[in-house]
Amino acid sequence: MDSRTLASRIRQHTIEMVAQAKASHLGGCLSLADVLAVLYREILRLNPGQPDWPDRDRFILSKGHAGAALYAALAETGFFPAEELTRFGQNGSALMAHVSHQVPGVEFSTGSLGHGLPFGCGKALAAKRQGRRWRVFVMLSDGELDEGSTWEALLFAPHHHLDNLIAIVDYNKIQSLGAVSEVLELAPLADKLRAFRWAVREVDGHDHQAIRAALTTVPWEAGKPSCLIAHTIKGKGVDFMEDQLLWHYQSPDAEQVKAALRQLDCAP
Amino acid sequence: MRTAFISELIRQAHAHPKLFLVVGDLGFSVVEPFARAFPDRFLNAGVAEQNMTGVAAGLASEGFHVFTYSIANFPTLRCLEQVRNDVCYHQFPVTVVAVGAGLAYGNLGYSHHGIQDLAVMRAMPHLTLLSPADPGETTECVQWLVHHPCASYLRLGKAGEKTLHEVRGIAAGPLAVRGGKSDVALAATGSVLALALAAAERLEQERGWRVPVFSCPWLKPVTREFFAPLWRFRRLVTLEEHLAAGGFGELLARLKPDTVALTSLALSEEETGLVGSQEFLRRRLGVDVEHVIQAVLSNG
Repeated sequence: MDSRTLASRIRQHTIEMVAQAKASHLGGCLSLADVLAVLYREILRLNPGQPDWPDRDRFILSKGHAGAALYAALAETGFFPAEELTRFGQNGSALMAHVSHQVPGVEFSTGSLGHGLPFGCGKALAAKRQGRRWRVFVMLSDGELDEGSTWEALLFAPHHHLDNLIAIVDYNKIQSLGAVSEVLELAPLADKLRAFRWAVREVDGHDHQAIRAALTTVPWEAGKPSCLIAHTIKGKGVDFMEDQLLWHYQSPDAEQVKAALRQLDCAP
Repeated sequence: MRTAFISELIRQAHAHPKLFLVVGDLGFSVVEPFARAFPDRFLNAGVAEQNMTGVAAGLASEGFHVFTYSIANFPTLRCLEQVRNDVCYHQFPVTVVAVGAGLAYGNLGYSHHGIQDLAVMRAMPHLTLLSPADPGETTECVQWLVHHPCASYLRLGKAGEKTLHEVRGIAAGPLAVRGGKSDVALAATGSVLALALAAAERLEQERGWRVPVFSCPWLKPVTREFFAPLWRFRRLVTLEEHLAAGGFGELLARLKPDTVALTSLALSEEETGLVGSQEFLRRRLGVDVEHVIQAVLSNG
């Protein structure tokens, strides 16, 4: 399965899971599906048969509200059977809507924003102090760049030369109550991060080749952590969901699920 | 107590290569010996307690037993959600160490008064909570923690506390510090144990009462049975350098059998914000030797 097919599967599962559980945050799952697919298909060194393999790369989903997308990626890459995805958000399920470390392959539970990057810094520091070569990837939302704790970690990582740490911002430009530019502007984001002494690159977060080209060459500068700003579209792949704040919240009904899956070319 | 803490941590770190100390840019003239002895297992995280605690959780997730160290409310309240989610929920072995519990930093002002920490830390699932009274208890607590790495909170006084008793173990129940024969007993957590002992001494000298005194450094997890030695008294007077809400007295009030009457001496909410020495503030906020004696007598 190539990364494009994986991205399509992630989107399909996510739409079905969110609909079945009457859950939310679909827009932010669809926006990061392509980056997630490239990571899980081509970048991360993992062993699905041994989720706690000591030399694995660590992936932390700091935007925990996109848990459905990560569960789909993990199931499709062999961490657990895809049938388990139907348990998403159900009573007593390990697959809670915000990502859970009870699920094989998940390193860290998040949900409250601003927790992933400090935790990732701790892991990256542990690798450095112990001479390990594995890397730490942290996926952030743009909204959680409002959090002070994220900026504490943005200060910390370059100071400690954590070039084994890669932050990826799913920059879909829409946060919980409106456009990032209207709620709390981040621009010029790349300049801010460079001023914090990060190595920064920007890509179209739906262009698999560009994502791959960037992530296969990290660290971009020795001694510096890397930040990939992935410019994405909230709700990407389903025209009536794209760039719509509503799909941060709404759960699709049966007709909308059908219409969405038709667009993804994976109608049942 | 902070000296006893760091001395024991250094001693243990020689034998335990996974011990790690993370400080929040505090600990001048205290933490330097650890940093010099174990530079690879020391980190000053800067004035950034949320990140400090998240980093500690990340280090702990990779096999370290991490002690985070700062003063009063900074390693607890300032980063409470990191303690709740990153440490306790994941059950990572991070020991949060707060120095200057209660009113130890009296004249630094309300920001530095650690008087709500027991309440919030008691509310954390999977957290072990230790509140030693003197250097000996502190050493015992560090030893226990090193041998049982877990999500935990170590509530310390500051410096200069006298050794109040010989300690052997802290995990089995309240520690009988002073014997006696009375239907009333004193139970204290933290450095106010010294006040309980002073009050008991006065009661013996002035009235011939021999009031037993217990120290309770182990506060969580607990059951009613854990405190069984206290339940054989008809009355208990508890002391803590903390507000009543969520504190030690409330804990015992919830666990005690109906046969035990309980008077809790905790800090007065109305007087919070006063500035002065620890002794002055304890008196004004209602937890000093005179208040203890009055509590014992008024119940008599």
